[in-house]
Amino acid sequence: MNKSIQLPITAEVASKLHAGDYVYLNGVMYVARDAAHKRMIESLEREEGLPIDIENATIYYMGPSPAREGKPIGSAGPTTASRMDKYAPTLLDLGQKAMIGKGKRTKEVLDAIVRNKAVYFAAIGGAGALLSKCIKESEVVCYDDLGAEAIRKLRVEDFPVIVVADCEGNNLYETAVKEFRTIS
Amino acid sequence: MGTIRTIQTDELVNVVKEMCIKANHFLAPDMDRAMKDALESERSPLGKQILSQLQDNLRIAGEEMIPICQDTGMAVLFVEIGQDVHFEGMLLEDALNEGVRRGYAEGFLRKSVVSDPLLRVNTKDNTPAIIHYFMVAGDKVKITFAPKGFGSENMSRVFMLKPAEGEEGVKKAILTAVDDAGPNACPPMVIGVGVGGDFEKAAIMAKQALTREVGERSPLPHIAKMEEEMLSKINQLGIGPGGLGGTTTALAVNINTYPTHIAGLPVAINICCHVNRHITEVI
Repeated sequence: MNKSIQLPITAEVASKLHAGDYVYLNGVMYVARDAAHKRMIESLEREEGLPIDIENATIYYMGPSPAREGKPIGSAGPTTASRMDKYAPTLLDLGQKAMIGKGKRTKEVLDAIVRNKAVYFAAIGGAGALLSKCIKESEVVCYDDLGAEAIRKLRVEDFPVIVVADCEGNNLYETAVKEFRTIS
Repeated sequence: MGTIRTIQTDELVNVVKEMCIKANHFLAPDMDRAMKDALESERSPLGKQILSQLQDNLRIAGEEMIPICQDTGMAVLFVEIGQDVHFEGMLLEDALNEGVRRGYAEGFLRKSVVSDPLLRVNTKDNTPAIIHYFMVAGDKVKITFAPKGFGSENMSRVFMLKPAEGEEGVKKAILTAVDDAGPNACPPMVIGVGVGGDFEKAAIMAKQALTREVGERSPLPHIAKMEEEMLSKINQLGIGPGGLGGTTTALAVNINTYPTHIAGLPVAINICCHVNRHITEVI
């Protein structure tokens, strides 16, 4: 089922999403990878708070290539989400509602999705040029010294994602693969 | 003995620079064809949709000069040096790295290299490259540039099997590595395999196997048969495009072999995503 969703996403909207839904995202999302997540968690440990508004936030796991002149961003496809597994449950418990990446997650992350009525979306891995066209604005929010790994704020239009893990505990990576598996 | 041919290293700098830019915006014809074929044969509707979007992605990348994938890779170079060649100018290694440095800067490619694996400070120019040198006959230099993204690199494996495990052991190792990689490696994948040699020779062969054209089989009949059998088995795993289910999990399985020790059977599996970039120039 195809849906269009306005970001930031609320628990109410996130809880209506089901694994396998094809969704177009519109609005504002943040970008952060491993290094930025590590700094955010360290900042929390020092009780200094977060540099972004985490309430109902969507975080896109991505590190873009440099933008050419006149373009908001370069190639901008998802990175492997499992590298953020160590940090994601903490952020979800603080109010983050959606993650965009690619690849499998740990049980701890999947449990945190259910517990917080959140959602894990997959964007198409290796489609960085196509996805960059859906990004209309991009600005570095903090950690500029990390270069491609800085935290960014994006405004997206019809950004295509697929619901992989929903708040009922469904996981498309498991169910969809089973359907086509003909070898033990 | 042939006459010595002198090559100016400035020429190498330019060739490498151009290869960095081209490889990251245009898939090689063999990969391009394989991706189109996959769109035709895929049986999952969602898988087909993803493959169709990947076609759009390739078109946009080429038309607007946006890298196919934002992970423009760590620069891997296979350099075959004819032994009748003499280099004039820079140190060869410096010239190759300078080419990478310029290519990644001028091509708006992502700088993804950190100087120390634990301290992790970005070198900001995507150097150093990983360079494999081979001395060959003749007076030419053949450079293959194969930038490697790490989503799939991280899912690669080396198995040190016992000789008794034989062909079945090799097949099981390949299937295990691909099944574990699943959606993380951005399927449809290309699987490079190195069998034999020692620990590092197997891994280098696996990487080199990724640069072999999709569709070209091993000249060894028993290995060519294994390549075909493994491709068919991998595509029965159900992983599919994007790992979201389907009949296209891999586009090719390329296996390279080398003599090995009486006590060993090393197997390296280097997994590459569908953006399997490789380009070769002869100077």
